[in-house]
Amino acid sequence: MNENRIPEEQIDNLYKKLDKEAEASGYHLNPDEEFTRDLVEGLLVNEERYGYWACPCRLASGEKDKDLDIICPCDYRDPDLNDYDTCYCGLYVSKFVVDGDKELKKIPERRHSEEEREKIKEESESKKIEITKLSKPVWRCKVCGYLCGRDEPPGVCPICKAKKERFEKFLE
Amino acid sequence: MKHVEGEKRGKIMLYAISTCVWCKKVKKLLNSLNVDYYYVDVDLLDGKNKEKAKEEVIRWNSLCSFPTLVINDGDCVVGYDEEEIKRKISNE
Repeated sequence: MNENRIPEEQIDNLYKKLDKEAEASGYHLNPDEEFTRDLVEGLLVNEERYGYWACPCRLASGEKDKDLDIICPCDYRDPDLNDYDTCYCGLYVSKFVVDGDKELKKIPERRHSEEEREKIKEESESKKIEITKLSKPVWRCKVCGYLCGRDEPPGVCPICKAKKERFEKFLE
Repeated sequence: MKHVEGEKRGKIMLYAISTCVWCKKVKKLLNSLNVDYYYVDVDLLDGKNKEKAKEEVIRWNSLCSFPTLVINDGDCVVGYDEEEIKRKISNE
């Protein structure tokens, strides 16, 4: 992949940044540095290619709206950490893996097929609950589940650092 | 589609993503086994070819996840599963 070669320094900077942010909010990067740096490089390649951090191990469509759920950290990271001690690509792992009590293995893909995703999206639109007595809408971070009651979601999730566009209106 | 020459064990076709670490592991494994195989990095294809490759993957793996390894147009291994890949390739 020579055409996508990212300078080492850039990989290093992002690796350190992600590691610091992960540790500050109770997450852990994969301690296998070579493996992890390879994935960080993938994020930077995708940033150049698509303009956002599409998961390095999934096929991005290149349309941001369709890829929101797989922008790293993806919507599937937390449930996968709970069930399998690793996210799909192995960038984030649980404390058990960090401590060497669990081995890192491939895990099943939790993301639905393109067709299913569209169906689910349509269904969830029709299921929205409205509570008119709330003074402010409640926003939910789709990455980590953080909830807040305010007019607009925050620019960046204070817990997991996901960007504003990853919030959904949970109650209004 | 790229061809990696090696010992012929039937038609081995790998659908991969260029940035995926697990896909790279499958390539390394196939190289270390010295088998003849073809691979395609689906993320590097242009629109029409990408759609065509996706359709091919979906025939074997409805979630269209990667790596998907198709053996002799009859069997498939999804994900990096060293034992399963070795077993299925040696059966050919």
